Amino acid sequence: MLRFSTAGSVDDGKSTLIGRLLHDTRQVLEDQLAALARASARRGLDAPDLSLLTDGLEAEREQGITIDVAYRYFATPRRKFIVADTPGHEQYTRNMATGASTADVAVVLADVRKGLLPQSRRHLYIAHLLGIRHVVVAVNKMDLAGYSREAFEAVRAAFETFAAPLAIPDLRFVPVSALHGDLVVERGTRMDWYPGPALLELLETLEPAQNELALPLRFPVQLVQRRAEARAYLGRVASGAVRVGDEVVALPSARRAAVSGIRTLEGERGAALAGDSVALLLAGEIDIARGDLIAEAGRAPRPARSLAAKLVWLGEDPAAPDGSYLLKHATRTVPARIAAVDYRVDVETLGRHAPGPRIAMNDIVRVGLQAQQPVFCDPYLANRGTGAFILIDPLTNGTVAAGMIE
Amino acid sequence: MKLERSHLDWLESEAIFVLREVAGECANPVLFFSGGKDSLVLLRLAEKAFRPARFPFPLLHIDTGHNFPEVIEFRDRRAAELGERLVVRTVEDSMRRGSVRLRSADESRNAAQSVTLLEAIAELAFDAAIGGARRDEEKARAKERFFSFRDRSGGWEPRHQRPELWSLYNARVAAGEHVRVFPISNWTEPDIWQYIAREGLELPSLYYAHRRAVVRRNGVLVPVTPLTPPRAGERAEELTVRFRTVGDISCTCPVESVAANAGEIAAETAAARLTERGATRMDDRSSDASMERRKREGYF
Repeated sequence: MLRFSTAGSVDDGKSTLIGRLLHDTRQVLEDQLAALARASARRGLDAPDLSLLTDGLEAEREQGITIDVAYRYFATPRRKFIVADTPGHEQYTRNMATGASTADVAVVLADVRKGLLPQSRRHLYIAHLLGIRHVVVAVNKMDLAGYSREAFEAVRAAFETFAAPLAIPDLRFVPVSALHGDLVVERGTRMDWYPGPALLELLETLEPAQNELALPLRFPVQLVQRRAEARAYLGRVASGAVRVGDEVVALPSARRAAVSGIRTLEGERGAALAGDSVALLLAGEIDIARGDLIAEAGRAPRPARSLAAKLVWLGEDPAAPDGSYLLKHATRTVPARIAAVDYRVDVETLGRHAPGPRIAMNDIVRVGLQAQQPVFCDPYLANRGTGAFILIDPLTNGTVAAGMIE
Repeated sequence: MKLERSHLDWLESEAIFVLREVAGECANPVLFFSGGKDSLVLLRLAEKAFRPARFPFPLLHIDTGHNFPEVIEFRDRRAAELGERLVVRTVEDSMRRGSVRLRSADESRNAAQSVTLLEAIAELAFDAAIGGARRDEEKARAKERFFSFRDRSGGWEPRHQRPELWSLYNARVAAGEHVRVFPISNWTEPDIWQYIAREGLELPSLYYAHRRAVVRRNGVLVPVTPLTPPRAGERAEELTVRFRTVGDISCTCPVESVAANAGEIAAETAAARLTERGATRMDDRSSDASMERRKREGYF
């Protein structure tokens, strides 16, 4: 299975690209096609507008833009895909971050005639910030540039220059025409000069860097059950692996114990891997509650109340100076405040600027946070599961920021 | 140690994680259970999440009064087998209270369900309602979060949905508000059937091929029932059909099929040319924005 996000400004043809992927893999079913034909005809179009397949809310269908994250599902014989289709507008950066947070791959669109736009820089940076290791730049509208290799290479060079400081581990480029289909699913014959696979084949064969098993065990406790023989700690392994007999440490108590059982509805297991939801049983009586972390003894995270992190401000209201927030990290929610704002990132130049008077929506800032209780975290780029957090405004209950521990 | 995890394993674990988060974060949750296939999958996932303990929530069915008797019987039997508490609230009761008024006796009650649903949530003070909706079902659901905020009137405003990143779910609500939770958001119809086959889940017999009297009307097969008799000029035929989805009798259509078990249905579904709702729901055809409007009004 592969999860990928798509990012591109409204005119780059992102929605058409997804529509093309769904259409050419025969995922668009007859009633959807019929609805598409009707909707396109109502707009006076004489060919089905594939971008309408992914726009869903009334307001955006009327305006012809995407204003929220739409999740689309399709499968080929080789793989199941989850697509987070995210908007390109600056005011919806927060939705782009949302879609990117669970993606293994980012597909960034560019218009071959326009090249590296400010919007493209923003999307590349957000993909990097959210820890996406694989970025595929789909250089679109090749039909409008005569399918020219030179035009494609010029765009590729501009992107590579900008992205160099980001050190994206796997950055690739594919020339496509979403409108006509070249190199999206079918190769076509108009870009024989391109040696690589079509976009879909690339997505089918790309193996996301899964170093999760090599990471230390992180098991955030969701629930505690008193069972006949022992207490059971329910949760999902966030990283690493755990075997019966392993020695683990429980935080915050810092008490150590051996794993005496790993259980699911089906019965006993010898081990659990990152992504598995299980019940852990430990030898010995340790006081563990929801929000605690069971970690690999010897490679445990350091409890910290002072945290350095990057924030993407998601809330419509700016941050209140000295405001109190709730910081939710894994299964633990603690009161926290923003103690210092170190700098604001200019996503178009990757430069650092002095922070403005208040952190505003879509700002990306580096901050120092002070939590009232310790948090057991890892740097985000090392461990997405235990390096991420959100800030919640306790008055509105809104999710106001996405955070990544440095 | 088995290293491979199938996509079904991944989806299952995600749903279990979401259910446990509800238990950990919400004071008074409830799970919508209709006896339909998606809610039966949810029950199985709840077993996986919580057994050997009881579920930390009751089951709730909003009964339109227009369900297939087989499904109601199955609903009751399954709840009893699980030993879990089932609460039923009916659209008929809302009609008696006057909060629901139908324009005609045979009007579809699907929209009226919203009213009864919100009344039940208010009556029993639920702060979280777990349902089996999936994002692949319909355009307006493609944008749903796992935890979807509903205001005091139970309405869904797309502009006010909270950003949802990673697996960090914000379930906080003020008094009178609630969240809808959709643990199987990322499941598709083929996934559902593959899971049912894999787990050997029992379903109401309607889902499997059987002989039934139907009339062909507007490109769909309408089941002949006392609520939905043939119209003037229509001729009933007996065909071998199965229901891909079961809902209100007045708006649910079967499809022709001889698939007799979950495995065969999974194969058929993978090759399907029409979406689940497109082939089978008479109410969704009225406009593209039907579901969105119903959600704004507090529907599922």
